Amino acid sequence: MSDMKKLTRATLRMPVVVLLLATMVALLAACAAPAETDTAAPVEPEVKELTILYWQAASLPGPFLSGGTKDQDAGAVTLEPLASVDPDGVLVPRLAAAIPTIENGGVSEDGLTITWTLQEGLLWSDGTSMTADDAVFTWEYCTHPETGCASVDTYDGVVSVEAPDDTTVVVTFDKFTPYPYTAFVTAQSPIISRAQFGECVGAAAQACSEQNLAPLGTGAYRLTDFKVNDVATYERNPHYRGEPAYFDRVIFKGGGDAASAARAVLETGEADYAWNLQVEPQILAEMEAKGQGEIIVAFDSLVERLLVNQTNPDEGLGDDRSEYLDGTNPHPFLVGTPVAQAMSMAIDRSVIAENLYGFAGQPVCNVIPGPKHYVSTANDGCLVQDIDGANALLDEAGIVDTDGDGIREYNGMPLSVRYQTSTNSVRQKTQAVIKQWWAEIGIETELLNHDASVFFGGDPNSPDTYQKFYTDIQMYTTGPSIDPQIHLSQWQCQYIPERANSWAGGNIFRGCDPEYDELFQLLVETPVGPERERLVKTLNDMNVQSGMQIPLVYRGRVAARTNSLQGVWINGWDTELWNVGDWAREE
Amino acid sequence: MSRYLARRLLTAVPTLLAISMVIFAVLDLAPGDPTGALPETIRPEVRQMIREAMGLDKPMHIKYLLWLRQFFWNEPIGLLEGALGIEIGDSESRLRITSWGSRGTPVFDLIAQRVPQTLWVVGLAYLISVLIAVPVGVISAVRQYSVFDQLGTLFSLIGYSVPTFFTGLLLIIVFSVNLNWLPSIYDTNLEVRDWRSLVAQLRQMAMPVAVLAFFQTAALVRFTRSSMLDNLTQDYVRTVKAKGFRERYVVIRHILRNSLIPVITLVALGVPTIFSGAIITEQIFRVNGLGALLISSIQVNDIPMIQTVTFIFAVLIVIFNLIADIIYGVLDPRIRYA
Repeated sequence: MSDMKKLTRATLRMPVVVLLLATMVALLAACAAPAETDTAAPVEPEVKELTILYWQAASLPGPFLSGGTKDQDAGAVTLEPLASVDPDGVLVPRLAAAIPTIENGGVSEDGLTITWTLQEGLLWSDGTSMTADDAVFTWEYCTHPETGCASVDTYDGVVSVEAPDDTTVVVTFDKFTPYPYTAFVTAQSPIISRAQFGECVGAAAQACSEQNLAPLGTGAYRLTDFKVNDVATYERNPHYRGEPAYFDRVIFKGGGDAASAARAVLETGEADYAWNLQVEPQILAEMEAKGQGEIIVAFDSLVERLLVNQTNPDEGLGDDRSEYLDGTNPHPFLVGTPVAQAMSMAIDRSVIAENLYGFAGQPVCNVIPGPKHYVSTANDGCLVQDIDGANALLDEAGIVDTDGDGIREYNGMPLSVRYQTSTNSVRQKTQAVIKQWWAEIGIETELLNHDASVFFGGDPNSPDTYQKFYTDIQMYTTGPSIDPQIHLSQWQCQYIPERANSWAGGNIFRGCDPEYDELFQLLVETPVGPERERLVKTLNDMNVQSGMQIPLVYRGRVAARTNSLQGVWINGWDTELWNVGDWAREE
Repeated sequence: MSRYLARRLLTAVPTLLAISMVIFAVLDLAPGDPTGALPETIRPEVRQMIREAMGLDKPMHIKYLLWLRQFFWNEPIGLLEGALGIEIGDSESRLRITSWGSRGTPVFDLIAQRVPQTLWVVGLAYLISVLIAVPVGVISAVRQYSVFDQLGTLFSLIGYSVPTFFTGLLLIIVFSVNLNWLPSIYDTNLEVRDWRSLVAQLRQMAMPVAVLAFFQTAALVRFTRSSMLDNLTQDYVRTVKAKGFRERYVVIRHILRNSLIPVITLVALGVPTIFSGAIITEQIFRVNGLGALLISSIQVNDIPMIQTVTFIFAVLIVIFNLIADIIYGVLDPRIRYA
């Protein structure tokens, strides 16, 4: 035994061990460092620093060469468009002096041109002057086919961009454009400098690594350092046109995962803002309960909805199942009856939104859920579940249970529906509760789900795609962009998917209403204003009230901010960082 | 020895070429599209334009040859130019390997940016684990079945079987969330200039290093212990003891020296994993090392980046295999290279 003791002592005297102990002591000392030097700025405590956490790291600052939201947002801290869209969907001038309208003469009566006037004396972040020519250059840069610009569709229909003088930008379209605020609006379409990027047009864009990683901006902050797929650092822009920004430094850190990003804001306080927190609502609620920060949600246009098949999906029809066939193949009981309306009344949207979507969901009764000025109030009755009302409605229509099996019959046909969606735990739970409610009004439901890659994959040989719609009901999410015209255009008769067009077309529920098509033609010719708003609401109401679509949940994007961070107004229509120049820390 | 070395180096060339070809083919044939990560609002025509701008539509063998040329010719020359401050030929038009995810950014610039973090964090963890594992393994073997040995076995079993993402999360919850002692986000902007920033650096490294060291120590302890046990019962040990040498001398000069041969081989072979093996830990603590770079490139199908980083890992593995063989010969004179 004594030998062993000696041995241990001997071994411990080994120089390696001494070194090891020293390292351990150093590490332990570091671990036990007092907490007051902790958090935000350990090096220079007087620096006012804003830390923004994106769990997907940005690859490039700016939307053009890498169209991800992370890249667009990293650019948006410094790059600016002529105008932004605020969370209510209202245009806000940025580099422009005002929003051009028909009333102020900025938009031509014929809807072919829009004339923007820049603010006077704009400077790039290196102090050189920013002119209308930079906007012309940005258009040339992005629309050059070899640039491979991801924002090129913001210039759809634009035939020319001209700069008659230093502060005037004239955008000309190829035809009457009711909503001309596409080019140079929102963080997807900011303006870059001709002086800096002049040599980087077309194929050369790839070689301009230095410029791509350090674009000049006009915003409240300017980029000082960009580490690809990691962190972007900004400082206050001394050449900014407005009030100097509050923070000395902005850190845009990327990487990790959504849950730990939420934890960094809500629990450890290491970051001030975290983006896109796709985390279980219960976990987020627990973190928020610690009281360090707040969950905020950006809503734009995404609506989880049920589509009601207007054609007959009966398997016995062979190739003719779910084919429109010029209206000769209507659904046996979902068309021309109040069944779809009763199905909608039986659903408790608040239960689905609160329990299954948590922060990220609100009950909704419209297929056009925003911006505010386009939202109809005619359908708000759907927010309250009314099973008795639904039963009464079906009884009145003579759709009753004649054979005592608990399922109603229409013309001798039992109300039995097949209901499909993509495989996703929230969607399967939604299916299950809806099935229960429908059972209470005498409708039998068979639930199906298909892998998302199949369901949304569009393979013309698969029977399980949402385009083929071989069931009675299906569920998924879509939504319009800021101007709903393109979205509404999908529901005209001509866009019904069928064999003849290989199931291309956005009128997935296969509904055809000539009145809708007529009104839509009117919309295409109506410029922005109250009349356009009225038309959008009417089109929305026609679609919902005819029972072609049953809206369920308005889906938002969840973020978190720390309590001391002021000025955050989370935006679904533009980048979440659209007003980052106004953010400040409460003192 | 030198003939052996030359032969090994020469056989490494076709090996590496074959590896690069396999990596390239697998990546090229795998489904996936670098424009797949773009928002759905971007139209197919635009996606096609972006793909063409990246050079994705060229045939595979052209892309491969181009990459080979860039990797083995253009990049080394660029490196040489940078090191010597001279210009060789037309350096402006010499194409470098550029990333797709961050279009136009040279891959080697990104790798150079990432290596320091990886060396600091993963390298330090490796060093610490070697420094802990060898003495612990030796004591465990010499005092076999003692309390120390039992505890060592217990901890190394735990360390080996608990995954790093679990220990990482556990440490974050204890030290960041509850105690608020250590940062859970690695600040890559931090430059070590003075004592204060050094302390900040040590604090932000503490958790990732601890997680990695715990895991690696476990394996090494087991290995050292069993290697020591093999030698303890050998005849030469009894002979040395019979000569009356002190126990300490016997253990350090004779047993340890012989037992370390396989351990050192293992350590040398493990060095390449410093670069590749910490992917998960880097992700958890947001350390922007090479592993995190590889993960983020895989997510966006950034093929030139994946190809280059993976190939560099392959080169490191081949080199350290060679080094392990040479060390083996140096440590054990019985092994001769013909």
